[in-house]
Amino acid sequence: MKEGEKMEEDMKEVILDYIREEYLDEDSGIEIDENTKLISSGLVDSFSMVSLLMFLRQKYKANIPDEEATAEVFDTVSGIIELVNKYRQDK
Amino acid sequence: MVFSRKAREFFANELNDLKEQGLFKEERYIHSPQSADIEVEFPEGAEPRKVINLCANNYLGLSSHPEVMKAAREGLDKRGYGMSSVRFICGTQDIHRELEKKLSEFLGTEDTILFSSCMDANAAVFEAAFTKDDIIISDRLNHASIIDGIRLASAQQDSYKHLDMKHLEKKLDMHQDKRFRVIATDGVFSMDGDIAPLDKICDLAEKYDAMVMVDDSHATGFMGKTGRGTHEHCGVVGRIDLITTTLGKALGGASGGCISGRKELIEIYRQKGRPYLFSNTVPPVIINAASRVIDILSETTERRDKLEWNTKYFREKMTEAGFDIRPGVHPIVPIMLYNAQLAQNMAKDLYDEGIYVIGFFFPVVPKGQARIRVQLSAAHEKEHLDKAIEAFIKVGKKYDILGKSREEIIEKYGM
Repeated sequence: MKEGEKMEEDMKEVILDYIREEYLDEDSGIEIDENTKLISSGLVDSFSMVSLLMFLRQKYKANIPDEEATAEVFDTVSGIIELVNKYRQDK
Repeated sequence: MVFSRKAREFFANELNDLKEQGLFKEERYIHSPQSADIEVEFPEGAEPRKVINLCANNYLGLSSHPEVMKAAREGLDKRGYGMSSVRFICGTQDIHRELEKKLSEFLGTEDTILFSSCMDANAAVFEAAFTKDDIIISDRLNHASIIDGIRLASAQQDSYKHLDMKHLEKKLDMHQDKRFRVIATDGVFSMDGDIAPLDKICDLAEKYDAMVMVDDSHATGFMGKTGRGTHEHCGVVGRIDLITTTLGKALGGASGGCISGRKELIEIYRQKGRPYLFSNTVPPVIINAASRVIDILSETTERRDKLEWNTKYFREKMTEAGFDIRPGVHPIVPIMLYNAQLAQNMAKDLYDEGIYVIGFFFPVVPKGQARIRVQLSAAHEKEHLDKAIEAFIKVGKKYDILGKSREEIIEKYGM
């Protein structure tokens, strides 16, 4: 695996783990991956996008502007990764 | 014609989709005053039949209480039918301000402002006071009207796992950079009847310099030893910054609501609360009746004591009978069935037995958590409850769910 791909794979796992811990009950039995609809399916409530955004900004030193952190972009982990990659400064 | 064929088809299709998904709501016509015994026409056109009502928010049985109705008539005679004005133009009578003062005294707060509903109160409580420099941190199972109220505000938003104090603490810590932090929670959550740990929430609020907002619609009038609400139940009277509540449930059940709390904030709502500034004043009939309700509740705890007894009795007997009931002390009693069709079928069979209850399922409650929600009232006599319990047992036997665990019910009926 190339370094860039590995980094992306790591990021995917980090974000998926964050969402599991933040939203899913341990006994819920719900499996999620990078394409699972998060907000539109009701799995993630849109109110807490602010803490997810803060987490991404800190973790990846990504200056994501508020206006780009929309419910549409945050609806899947792939959308989130794309947005982080656009703004991350720790590459 | 601007309502084109295309528009008509579009909305007709949307309604059909709701029907296909089992989400279409039908009203049932009640031919009697609200009470423990009501006459219901269902389906439309059917002969009205007498049933025991177990699904009203008439917790204290005051909706058709003779003294409350008398006070309503007096309000009509002395102060007229309508005011044809918002509060700040010519819609404030002496009795409006009197009721606000009585509510403040009853709730143990500094001041109170009336709204047309608690939904309106929640539409003002965040929007008028907080800005993008502030953050509202909301319990994830808060009532839709709190959620809508938060959405209306320009303040930032975050949420914490239902009743999870560790998670709330994490969020409070995370948002120390904001100007004001406001924790928003229901006092009692309407689907499960579970109670917010306001003592712990107030402790966290002090530790992390946050305000506390509580919607106490399912508690005002009967929770706590003297019925002041969840804050009394949890021993934190005077420590809640903002309480929103309704006159439309235990307090007579007509309509109207309020925000009660810190006096500077209440004055802000009087100056800037949009539902207060741009909708009509609460009519004198309701004001006078609600005022009498507060008097009754201040004179005696008889009604809330009876409700407490009814709740304990019903919960005990239903648990003994083998129903899967969320444990608790609130007159909202969720009888867990997990499967939406089962909840609907049982509610229908109970109706045929003369017991009026409603099945709740997704999206009103999370998927796989369908239930029948029973709501008890001080209007119920022991005979009502015994008849209801007997009917529940009969129907429970028919579906073979008595004594069955969650897993067994799910295995039999699916989620």
